[in-house]
Amino acid sequence: MRVMAQMAMVMNLDKCIGCHTCSVTCKQAWTNRTGTEYVWFNNVETRPGQGYPRTYEDQEQWKGGWELNKRGRLKLRAGGRFKKLATIFSNPKMPSIQDYYEPWTYDYSTLTDAPAQEHTPVARPQSLLTGKNMKVEWSSNWDDNLGGSAATAKHDPMLAKIADKVRMEFEETFMFYLPRICEHCLNPSCAASCPSGAIYKRSEDGIVLVDQDRCRGWRMCVSGCPYKKVYFNHKTGKAEKCTFCFPRIEVGLPTVCAETCVGRLRYIGLILYDADAVLEAASVPDDHDLYEAQRALLLDPNDSEVVRAAERDGIPHDWIEAAQRSPIHALINVFKVALPLHPEYRTMPMVWYIPPLSPVVDVVKDTGYDAEDRTNLFAAIDALRIPIEYLAELFTAGDVAVVDKVLKKLAAMRCYMRDINMGREPDASIPAAVDMSEEEMYDMYRLLAIAKYDERY
Amino acid sequence: MSNDVESGADRSARSGKRPGMDGSFTDALVSSRRYFTKAVVSDDLRTLTRKGGRQADDFYRDRWSHDKVVRSTHGVNCTGSCSWKVYVKDGIITWETQQTDYPSVGPDSPEYEPRGCPRGAAFSWYTYSPTRVRYPYVRGVLLEMYREAKRQHDGDPVKAWAHVVDNPQRAKAYKSARGKGGLVRASWDETVEMVSAAHVHTIAKWGPDRVAGFSPIPAMSMVSHASGARFMNLIGGSMLSFYDWYADLPVASPQVFGDQTDVPESGDWWDAGYLIMWGSNVPVTRTPDAHWMTEARYRGQKVVAVAPDYADNVKFADEWLPAHPGTDGALAMAMGHVILREFYVERETPYFTDYTKRYTDLPFLVKVDVDGDGVHRPGKFLTAEDLAAHRDEENAAFKTVLVDATTDAPVVPNGALGHRFGASGEGLWNLDLGDVDPLLSLARDGAETVELELPRFDNPDGSAGSLRRGVPVRRVEGHLVTTVLDLMLAQYGVRRPGLPGQWPTGYEDAESPGTPAWQQRFTGVPWEAAARIGREFAQNAEESRGRSMIIMGAGTNHWFHSDTIYRTFLALTTLTGCQGVNGGGWAHYVGQEKVRPITGYNQVANALDWSRPPRNMIQTAYWYLHTDQFRYDQFGADTLSARTGEGQLAGKSTADVIAQSARLGWSPSYPTFDKNPLEITEDAAAAGRSVSDHIVSGLKDGSLSFACEDPDAPENFPRILSIWRANLLGSSSKGNEYFLKHLLGTDSSVRATETPESLRPRDITWHEKAPEGKLDLLMTLDFRQTSTTIFSDVVFPAATWYEKHDLNTTDMHPFVHSFNPAIAPPWQTRTDWDTWRAIAEKFSELAGPRLGTRRDVVAVPLMHDTPDAMATPHGAVKDWKPGPGQEPQCEPVPGLTMPKLVEVERDYGAVSQKMNALGPLLDTLGATTKGVTFEVGKEIDYLRAKNGPVRGGVADGRPSLVRDVHVCEAILALSGTTNGHLAVQGFKQLEKRTGHLMHDLAAEHEGKQVTFADTQAAPVSVITSPEWSGSESGGRRYSPFTINVERLKPWHTLTGRQHFYLDHDWMTELGEGLPVFRPPLNMAALFSEPAIGDVAGPGGDAVEGLTVRYLTPHNKWSIHSEYQDNLFMLSLSRGGQNIWMSDRDAAKVGVQDNDWIEAVNRNGVVVARAIVSHRMPEGTVYMHHAQDRLIDVPLAETSGKRGGIHNSLTRLLVKPTHLIGGYAQLTWAFNYIGPTGNQRDEVTVIRRRSQDVEY
Repeated sequence: MRVMAQMAMVMNLDKCIGCHTCSVTCKQAWTNRTGTEYVWFNNVETRPGQGYPRTYEDQEQWKGGWELNKRGRLKLRAGGRFKKLATIFSNPKMPSIQDYYEPWTYDYSTLTDAPAQEHTPVARPQSLLTGKNMKVEWSSNWDDNLGGSAATAKHDPMLAKIADKVRMEFEETFMFYLPRICEHCLNPSCAASCPSGAIYKRSEDGIVLVDQDRCRGWRMCVSGCPYKKVYFNHKTGKAEKCTFCFPRIEVGLPTVCAETCVGRLRYIGLILYDADAVLEAASVPDDHDLYEAQRALLLDPNDSEVVRAAERDGIPHDWIEAAQRSPIHALINVFKVALPLHPEYRTMPMVWYIPPLSPVVDVVKDTGYDAEDRTNLFAAIDALRIPIEYLAELFTAGDVAVVDKVLKKLAAMRCYMRDINMGREPDASIPAAVDMSEEEMYDMYRLLAIAKYDERY
Repeated sequence: MSNDVESGADRSARSGKRPGMDGSFTDALVSSRRYFTKAVVSDDLRTLTRKGGRQADDFYRDRWSHDKVVRSTHGVNCTGSCSWKVYVKDGIITWETQQTDYPSVGPDSPEYEPRGCPRGAAFSWYTYSPTRVRYPYVRGVLLEMYREAKRQHDGDPVKAWAHVVDNPQRAKAYKSARGKGGLVRASWDETVEMVSAAHVHTIAKWGPDRVAGFSPIPAMSMVSHASGARFMNLIGGSMLSFYDWYADLPVASPQVFGDQTDVPESGDWWDAGYLIMWGSNVPVTRTPDAHWMTEARYRGQKVVAVAPDYADNVKFADEWLPAHPGTDGALAMAMGHVILREFYVERETPYFTDYTKRYTDLPFLVKVDVDGDGVHRPGKFLTAEDLAAHRDEENAAFKTVLVDATTDAPVVPNGALGHRFGASGEGLWNLDLGDVDPLLSLARDGAETVELELPRFDNPDGSAGSLRRGVPVRRVEGHLVTTVLDLMLAQYGVRRPGLPGQWPTGYEDAESPGTPAWQQRFTGVPWEAAARIGREFAQNAEESRGRSMIIMGAGTNHWFHSDTIYRTFLALTTLTGCQGVNGGGWAHYVGQEKVRPITGYNQVANALDWSRPPRNMIQTAYWYLHTDQFRYDQFGADTLSARTGEGQLAGKSTADVIAQSARLGWSPSYPTFDKNPLEITEDAAAAGRSVSDHIVSGLKDGSLSFACEDPDAPENFPRILSIWRANLLGSSSKGNEYFLKHLLGTDSSVRATETPESLRPRDITWHEKAPEGKLDLLMTLDFRQTSTTIFSDVVFPAATWYEKHDLNTTDMHPFVHSFNPAIAPPWQTRTDWDTWRAIAEKFSELAGPRLGTRRDVVAVPLMHDTPDAMATPHGAVKDWKPGPGQEPQCEPVPGLTMPKLVEVERDYGAVSQKMNALGPLLDTLGATTKGVTFEVGKEIDYLRAKNGPVRGGVADGRPSLVRDVHVCEAILALSGTTNGHLAVQGFKQLEKRTGHLMHDLAAEHEGKQVTFADTQAAPVSVITSPEWSGSESGGRRYSPFTINVERLKPWHTLTGRQHFYLDHDWMTELGEGLPVFRPPLNMAALFSEPAIGDVAGPGGDAVEGLTVRYLTPHNKWSIHSEYQDNLFMLSLSRGGQNIWMSDRDAAKVGVQDNDWIEAVNRNGVVVARAIVSHRMPEGTVYMHHAQDRLIDVPLAETSGKRGGIHNSLTRLLVKPTHLIGGYAQLTWAFNYIGPTGNQRDEVTVIRRRSQDVEY
């Protein structure tokens, strides 16, 4: 066992309001400059939808992340690292700027400067790439709130996998939001793809960074990252990516995206993991086992053996305490409600998600959530608008049972707390039905609902 | 560590394979990296780690560094009131993130941190953006003429201005150039001089009330609002209302509560057990507060969303009721039907009956009238005047009556309006019932019954109908009476044994108004769901004692008949005992109307320290007349009447009703008379009469008229309009094209034809040719280019929200916090306060010798929260000006049957001195809010010391208001919410009237005086004060009316209780005495627009255009028009104007996503790109509000002109009942009651246009 510390994040999608404040504050702080006009270290996607860049999850097309070769050994999907080195000058798996979007501005100054003329002055869109007038046909968030759903949502790679379950009809509409930053993976394929060795994982907190001096602009990292969270700066010719706001983290501040999240849905914390076991965990043959494998990789910070090993491996005492208090540890491994995004990419991502509940499809049926009927509550999980299969494609490589269990925990928490809210005797059978104690359920409620600043970060 | 999974090592051991990477060759290659780097390659060759010495990443560390962080906020009407950190590096604003230092809500609750949204996070972009207004601008053609005229007139600016504007050719030359480029830079001195000269000329020639100012929503930046408002009120100009104009005012609130609006802070959502979001898209429009809703779900709160589309908030709801737009009243009535039946009739619910007996008008007696045909209808409230034993009491007509269940006799309980004023009511204005047990219903075995005729409006063609349902009655001293609850049960169709009439057979009866199945016909919501949600709402309220809440928003509040929709909602929260309870009741969030330090703000903004009263005007009526929209209305006011009405509006047009409301003193009307008020006073003096007598006799003999009776006469035009903190022409101008045509005199796309002669107003002078270009000067202060600046004659460059001091509050949270300059105003920008001070200084210099000191006469409407509320006994309308062939019904008596006429001295040379110091009227008259007068002598002394006195002039020795910070201190010191001493003093005064202890509510903070420095340090919690109806005492969450409920303080209504029934003549006329369902206006019938769903073109082409309902909800990427031009917001959306439509509708007219389309109706045309989505309901399109016309809007095919804004397709439609005044809670106050600028009932034709667009 070799204990390492990792700064990680959990986002509770059940609370995400899709406001994009995180995107804007991040962009203002980090990528509001020449060369990165199109770059959003943090973006928010409406799902179903294509995401940013378009269809990035279609690894048949983009070949990001890892896969197992015939011998069960882990290899980059884009080809072995030797192949990558061999094809360094010609990389067909790069999204084009059109796959992100062609950034633009407007000739705003005409509003002030226009001479006397026939019509009211207007600011036209102009490409930031060519400087020419353009018709805006795609943006960083074009399909927000199912905009253009008929034309765009059908290209959602996750939706394609469950096409038989979904009708894009008004009566059955569903959507939710997926905010994304770099996953700061335990097994980063961007780093493995880099021919220059410019991408590294900080040993003390696991933040994945691009060494701006060493980067030679090969862009293999862009292809290698299945989440498409490494970007190419057209001005400097270097790769850039989310830094987990390390200058803030280093002085005890949460990331910009987390602190400015008005949905209060982001949690940041340290976790301890066994660096020696990462490769094994990333190599389990069955995709469905990857969630549990990664969870198992994360060490119990209260286990005295783990604590001893951590101290032995040079992790400071206050960091160990931080790992013990970590909301990330609680959400992933105590309450077990947070799930990794696309574990099948085998990068061991470290930004996890609590999947969203959603209203029931048919308000008439007696499966409708009745505030007082707890038997219906569990039945209602099956009638949620968001197909559970869709969530499973995102978070468990398609394993529906895991997502079902998480949603039932959230529903049970609401049910259990309703008795307390209404001044009734709490019912211990409710947490028991989802393998939780009353104390655990109440603690989970406090962490998810009350979520004080000090407890989120 | 969890052991419930097989470890990777175990698994690989079993499979006999060692986990590893690609292959040995690659391994060798990668491991060689160890020799070339200081980084550490992991033993499994998988990854690279590194420690220390990371100079390569200094870029990011440098980028994060900054010199200082300054607290400020955003002065935008979003209700957010979020405190922000503004980062500054090298004197440049870099970006902003949210503050997280709000006072705690307590250990068992979420907190207010962080507050903010993506729009606010993008604000700093404006600071240095190319749309920033950096210098003063004037339209070139005007400036050249002015300079030339000045040369001709020996440099006299006032003569020069007159030379330009009084010449028709010259005036037309610059007016017709409005909005078409050609703005040129000018110096501050020259611009201020020209503007000041315009004011002097206009006051002299036309009168001060021909000058108007528009700046909305003081809560979002009080000092900035007060700047121009103070100037306007010192010169005698009009300030235009905004809350009603924006249609954000829920007229049901004054009708039901006698209160403008008072709602819970968002933290109180947490306390609710059941939450309905009704027409309120919380994540978009309450972004910083939405988390309270998502988090309260985890506490077991059930959440229901009512929305026509799959809106952002629907994803959080347990159930979604997709009611068709504008039909919400039917759904709420059906839910009320279930509640009345199951919780009032089938069984008694003690909590509900105890509550409604004490706090509502349900037990009060209403007379049943019978007409000549023997038809019975609900009439007026029975009052003490009708009882022999009480007839001679003071204010007897304003004391209502109920039956005591114990004695079975009528009693006059405390707390009515009649107890609020007059000596005899002292100590009796309270809800203390003593031993009285109000009888809710007169039903009993053998009770007499009558069948009432009740109104209905649910006919498919939109026409009025009626139905017959019985109520139990009895006779009280000769009057046939019933109770309000009995009327409610009849109105809602809740059958009881033994009552005659047409009753539903059950919930599944779709024909009888009120039932769940009946509502399904209009809303599309399954009747079972409507019934279940209604039942659950009440069950939750019963069990939790009132913790059921409805968040209601613009989706239901912006309709023509929104007051009826809201009254059906308020019936739900009131029948279930939820008002005045934490976690319960209505939560209306439309507009940031709550100025928590209201008293101090009011003194400064209205200049009440120097002269009273101000000329505050209802903006909807103002523009309805002055933009000539009245010339295009083709239906009479009586179109809206009920079958059960008595013809009060017969033969009248909407403009006639506005004129009537003005002359009866119900509503303000400025300009008031067809003559300069400065001359009226001189004429009166010359005639040797009092001004009041002079005016009354002039009105009677016809030598003087109300200006609103001839709005197209040049002497009645508005002449100057100043706009700051607002974008009238890009945002709120309902009927935008009419503004452009008639007010501004420039190009427009009006397509409607004027009203034919037979349908024209009766009492309004009709000019054959409508004027164009009424306004002489449109000037705007702004920091960015908007439609308003583009069309303005003068644009002043304003400081942004990161460049000034100010105060900000909201109803969403209980804190006061501050704006502060992160940088000094850059280029030639100035704060609003400094700009208006500069104008006031120059104006005074020019006006002193030319205007001198004059007597003005202000026509003041009857005012709410004063004895004026008793001007119209029983709401029986009497008019002193007869219609054709009619006799006068009364004499014109100022203050009773017409406006009060108050003389005000105006020293025009001293306006600047008065602007800059707090005046002496406060010392003698105090400061009054909602009937409570605060004595502020100590506060004046404090401010004199704190701000320092000014020296010399008329304000010698008075507290300074020179700096914006001085104004902040004055607002804070003069308000109970921020000055505990005043709060206690106000409550003690109220105690005398109510006879109940109240001042303890503020006692914990009696010594607390919030200073501006406090608000700079952190957001500060406010103090419980009689200025508002709820309590924050002991750190509790604010919920309105908790003081009423807990301290038995009456509501400011006729009965002193919450009203289900309204007995004013005009309410009866419209059939709205009780809550009732009125569907959206039928535009096909009223305006000959095509019917919704029609697919036809101008030439009968079957696929040319589709007629749809046209809604303008709030935009995710802007706050009104603010931010819609911001590059970040445009990059996150679609980069220009767009219209959302359903995939089904799009298919009908061949529209694909992102196609250019045109929307056309009689009012104008819009060009936009389509967003096609299946989340939109069929038959309705959304053009998100206020996308303005400046960003990527091409020329329209239809008009050949620049495509319009969302309001190019709308037009003002005035509801007559909003003009009622002079009666109980239906008495006017500024932004409290008035016609709404509603815009939701509109339809449009959508068609695909050529995809080759031109600009």
